[in-house]
Amino acid sequence: MNKTFEYSITSTQYIAQDGTLIKPLPNFINDELLLNAYKEMVLIRTFDQKAIALQRTGKLGTYPSSLGQEAINVAIGLAMKKDDVFVPYYRDHATQYLRGVTLSEMLLYWGGDERGGSAIGENCKEDMPVCVPIATQFCHAAGIASAFKIRGEKRASVVTGGDGSSSKGDFLESLNLAGVWQLPVVFVINNNQWAISTRREVQCHGETLAQKAIGAGIPGVQVDGNDFVSLYDAMHEALNKAYAGKGPTLIEAMSYRLSDHTTADDATRYRSNEELKKGWDLEPVKRLRDYLHNNSLWSSDKETQLQERVKQQVEEAVETYLSIKPEPASAMFDHLFETLPVPLQKQYDEVCSLGGINHE
Amino acid sequence: MNSKIDVQNQTMVEAINLALAHAMEEDDNVVLLGEDVGANGGVFRATVDLRKTYGLKRVMDTPLAETLISGITVGMATQGLKPVAEIQFMGFVYAAMEQIVSHASRLRNRTRGRLSCPLVFRVPFGGGIHAPEHHSESTEALFAHIPGLRVVVPSSPLRAYGLLLSAIRNPDPVLFLEPKRLYRAVSQPVLDDGKALPLDTCFTLREGSDITLVSWGAMMQETLQCAQSLSEKGVDCEVIDVASISPLDMNTIECSVTKTGRCVIIHEAARSVGVGAEISAHLAEQCLLDLKAPIKRVTGYDTIMPYFRNEGYYLPSIERILDTVNEVMTFE
Repeated sequence: MNKTFEYSITSTQYIAQDGTLIKPLPNFINDELLLNAYKEMVLIRTFDQKAIALQRTGKLGTYPSSLGQEAINVAIGLAMKKDDVFVPYYRDHATQYLRGVTLSEMLLYWGGDERGGSAIGENCKEDMPVCVPIATQFCHAAGIASAFKIRGEKRASVVTGGDGSSSKGDFLESLNLAGVWQLPVVFVINNNQWAISTRREVQCHGETLAQKAIGAGIPGVQVDGNDFVSLYDAMHEALNKAYAGKGPTLIEAMSYRLSDHTTADDATRYRSNEELKKGWDLEPVKRLRDYLHNNSLWSSDKETQLQERVKQQVEEAVETYLSIKPEPASAMFDHLFETLPVPLQKQYDEVCSLGGINHE
Repeated sequence: MNSKIDVQNQTMVEAINLALAHAMEEDDNVVLLGEDVGANGGVFRATVDLRKTYGLKRVMDTPLAETLISGITVGMATQGLKPVAEIQFMGFVYAAMEQIVSHASRLRNRTRGRLSCPLVFRVPFGGGIHAPEHHSESTEALFAHIPGLRVVVPSSPLRAYGLLLSAIRNPDPVLFLEPKRLYRAVSQPVLDDGKALPLDTCFTLREGSDITLVSWGAMMQETLQCAQSLSEKGVDCEVIDVASISPLDMNTIECSVTKTGRCVIIHEAARSVGVGAEISAHLAEQCLLDLKAPIKRVTGYDTIMPYFRNEGYYLPSIERILDTVNEVMTFE
């Protein structure tokens, strides 16, 4: 028998669980980048805690925590260029923030206001809003990358999804097209081991999720998603490949969902405390802080100052969010179509009579 | 019209091809994609020769995956392209439904106008061509229920040309349902002048005073034939082509029924919760006191569409339409 095809999945890790280096850092990683990444990770964790508190006190709707995902999302956000397009799922707060979506806009979205998807930031005007229907966003990213390719632009789209999303046809169809058309797109699967209560092992019998790239004829790599450097390195390589017209990449980022699925979920119903404790041993924020400490780049004074600063930043965002009044009732018609079709005018008039700030 | 211009007779599928070519010529952002649209020119030949003229980058053969086609169409549209995607048959559009319902129709709303989806899904639909299972249904009502989406159905080569141009130029998503029974059944002179026809508007094809006949798509043929034969018997029919199923121009229908006092709605799709029911409910709300007889519907049945040996029993026939009109005209 002849071997007609061979493929292997590699796994990458730079910074170990205890903050020590496993291998030398890539040359494009410098202290400034690591310090910056750490600060953003701390910010988003603080934001996350605050968002959960707001939900618990009735000031926010159902909210999906990003606890434990900070390295992945900060690495994606810092690795992407302004001109790229980010296509998130719903656990990507840090990347959205780094792209220019404000913290108060994110709260607005999870607080039940469409303006939370309007993304007023400079860098994110073409980014997609949060995507709730699982895996549908992969097709959008492939379409966006197709537009880049059609127009000959050196840009890439970056799309994320959870381990559960890799079970859907949308994901496989998108990988497949990205291979055939050699699209400038980077697929990132945040394998945090859980899709609500469904374990990774129940999603797929394959040893890795990265190997789903094999069928599409594209590279698939597995990286330690709790290690900022591993993710940044993989993103850096995948993006450069995309810019150079060398096609797509699938990155499986190994992480652990330290939170419930959302604030509407109770993970104690289906997973043990022992498992969660092991998850905490791997968590990304402490790991990077330990590395920075080990290399004399960080101190407890700096940590105290940072904690105070991010807390204040988050409080300001909350104040802004809470001060924004709901739109008038008629806003439900404002962006249904570019211009309101005549047949809808009567319904519009009826809704205007319901009130809201512009029609009191 | 300039009499020097040679106006060719075109079938509906030729008129669609003309409109696509015109749209691609006037706007570089217009791209075509779908299964077999490139080298093959589409299974119905609607995109024939367009790849030769506009190249691989603008006429794209996709993998056989309707979810993907609909999803990348959304992605392309957010980037300022104006993608026109062909879904080969309506029976295969359901894999695209999630993208249509959850993204294409609502992206403008959920980004408060920052992103939009100026796209067209062209979908051949309807029965009467002896096609295999899954190839003959008319499920426009499923789509008419989706806010933020336009559903447009041409009923002649001229309206196919004008409405498709409008659909492509429109800044919002349009589901363009092509009655494949009419693809080659009739031809008429179509001037390739780039003139669009309005969306969200019904077309009154024939004025009359005794009864209003409302239909769309392929059933316009039978409806117009009935109106002709009824006029010979002294029944003066007003005939309305709905054309835009959603949003629905009820004003034109309402004005007509206020005048005639009678209405029969004809459609291929199953009867219950169909677009005919919506028109009927609206007329009951708005013109009850103008009605001289109950509003009646002549439609397909609430069954699975029979395979083609028996599709003739399902599709509204001229006899069924005439019987129903007679019932309405003689109501006391």
